[in-house]
Amino acid sequence: MSTHDPDPQARPATPAHWLSRSETVRRLWVVFAVVLAVTVAAEALVHMHPRFRVEGWFAFHAGFGFLACVGMVLFAKGLGFLLKRPDDYYPGTSAPPAGEERGRD
Amino acid sequence: MIELSFPPAVILILGAFLIAVARPAIRPVIVLLAPILTLWAIWRLPDGVLLTTQFLGYPIELVEAGKLQRLFATVFAIMAFAGGLFGLRQARWTELSAGYAYAAGAVGVSFAGDLITMFMFWEFMAIFSTVVVWCGGTDAARRAGVRYALMHLVGGVVLKIGIEGIMIHTGSIDIRPLDLDTVDAWIVLVGVLINAAAPPVSAWLSDAYPEASPFGSVFLSAFTTKTAVLALILLFPGAGILVWIGLFMIFYGIIYALLENDMRRILAYSIVNQVGFMVCGVGIGTEMAINGAAAHAFAHIIYKALLFMSAGAVLYQTGRRKCTDLGGLYQSMPITTACGIVGALAISAFPLTSGFVSKSLISEGAAQQGLVVVWYLLTAASAGVFLHAGIKFPWFVFFHKDSGLRPADPPWNMRAAMLLFAAACIVLGCFPGLLYGLLPYAVDYAPYTGPHVVSQLQLLLFAGLAFFVMLPAMARTRTVTLDLDWLYRVLVPRIAGGVLAAWQDLGRLLGQAWGRSGASLAERLQGWFRPHGPLAQTWPTGSMTLWVTVILVLLVVMAQRGSP
Repeated sequence: MSTHDPDPQARPATPAHWLSRSETVRRLWVVFAVVLAVTVAAEALVHMHPRFRVEGWFAFHAGFGFLACVGMVLFAKGLGFLLKRPDDYYPGTSAPPAGEERGRD
Repeated sequence: MIELSFPPAVILILGAFLIAVARPAIRPVIVLLAPILTLWAIWRLPDGVLLTTQFLGYPIELVEAGKLQRLFATVFAIMAFAGGLFGLRQARWTELSAGYAYAAGAVGVSFAGDLITMFMFWEFMAIFSTVVVWCGGTDAARRAGVRYALMHLVGGVVLKIGIEGIMIHTGSIDIRPLDLDTVDAWIVLVGVLINAAAPPVSAWLSDAYPEASPFGSVFLSAFTTKTAVLALILLFPGAGILVWIGLFMIFYGIIYALLENDMRRILAYSIVNQVGFMVCGVGIGTEMAINGAAAHAFAHIIYKALLFMSAGAVLYQTGRRKCTDLGGLYQSMPITTACGIVGALAISAFPLTSGFVSKSLISEGAAQQGLVVVWYLLTAASAGVFLHAGIKFPWFVFFHKDSGLRPADPPWNMRAAMLLFAAACIVLGCFPGLLYGLLPYAVDYAPYTGPHVVSQLQLLLFAGLAFFVMLPAMARTRTVTLDLDWLYRVLVPRIAGGVLAAWQDLGRLLGQAWGRSGASLAERLQGWFRPHGPLAQTWPTGSMTLWVTVILVLLVVMAQRGSP
């Protein structure tokens, strides 16, 4: 992409921050995957001493953390169907500033 | 024994007063000096009962010091300093003054040696925290402040009834562990739990705190719930019911924070979550768990204030408070982002942060007692904390999509306060001995063992993986989530409105039924009572005597029948 763009409207005023570029994001995912693998592999190196039976399973904390969070997100999602209301539901709550679009992001 | 002439809280009260009346030029000096002097006074106190006096015929102990009291008072004073620094040049003076009086109440509760002193400072906090909410300055803040005040007045009345019951039935107003075998003790427990934002009234916290100003919510995050935790430690250590109340608060906080869109309300729900860990620790009641609850309160005040500061900095610089309106701020607010992330890591109990060395004491306490279910739930909840506060808050505020906003970092004093507390989170995490040395019981626990670090990293990083995998299910919506406060915010007004309308209809119907002359009920009543109306006329003395006689006879007859 040329740095001298004749039409400033055609793209954002500033180029994307390095952290927002797609190749950076891809690289971060790779790093994250490696870190995850290392934390699981590290279990083989340190001598774990579980106090409860299930805690002693290999990579218990990894699986438990993941599944617990998925469960909580799904539970929250389900509860949201019942309990969510528009954010000006209560009387006296300020309406969003004028000109701002409403709805999901 | 040193004869003390005043409680340390008096310094902060004096500071609050001077901030209000002093010339603007010297106000910043008072703001920064008062908490430091308070801290000095706190650390001068030897252990034991140090200041007694008489109140309503009861000997009251205005100051009773011990390791636990000193720990809480210390972090309250540090918190006042950082809160004052954060709002030094931007908060209104009334707000800083009220905030310092509020902090003084918390220090006063910490050192209270009896229930009367505790109650007086308790109410002092309720009054000035309400003022802090009102300093939010909006109509929503005014309404939320009224609801907040009502909740705390009710809580105060409940607490006072319980305290009076204990005074009458035991003759003692000492603060000591109470057995839950009397109604009085239960009433005191309910009064304290209202301030801890326990179910079913947890909603007061997320209702009021996010409506305060960016500076007020930093003060609010620290004192009320943590003094309640201290009161629970002193009055109800080992009360089994607290384990389950605490666990409920923990998961309530996570689920509601996951549904929330307002960044400060996410943090408010997460206060309930964190206080849940402490309440659970008090319920477990062993030395390890009580140490954990106290240490977690200390660490929590610092990282939660830090999180509220970073949210406050964003609000101050952008005027926006909802995740749907924010995002991408890391590009122009690097210091705020970094400090927010440190706070988020600390609340998630990442190794090398303060949360790691404090929360693990509570889990360890549960494990040592063989509370298997509690331990598994606490472990799941630790993953959930990373989910709702550790990633969700920084992700949606500072990263996520680009909102197009490019605000700068906030002014120097706000940055300094954030950096101070971020440093504190890391220092306490790297040198746990600093915190462990302050705890009420000797600590025989090493947080940094290979298995503990590895299992915690697994737990948290895979919780992080779950966050990004589930991200589509967590799209922010412009919604609020109903809570039990719906009962008094919607249902009661609706019923009252219905009753009022029915009353008016009834009046109209009666008026129509009687209304040969077309007069309404009100006009008819006016007709009876107006000057020279039937009920306003002078009646003959004879008829009055007659009626008095009739009433007297009735009374005598009833008294006869009533007597055995």
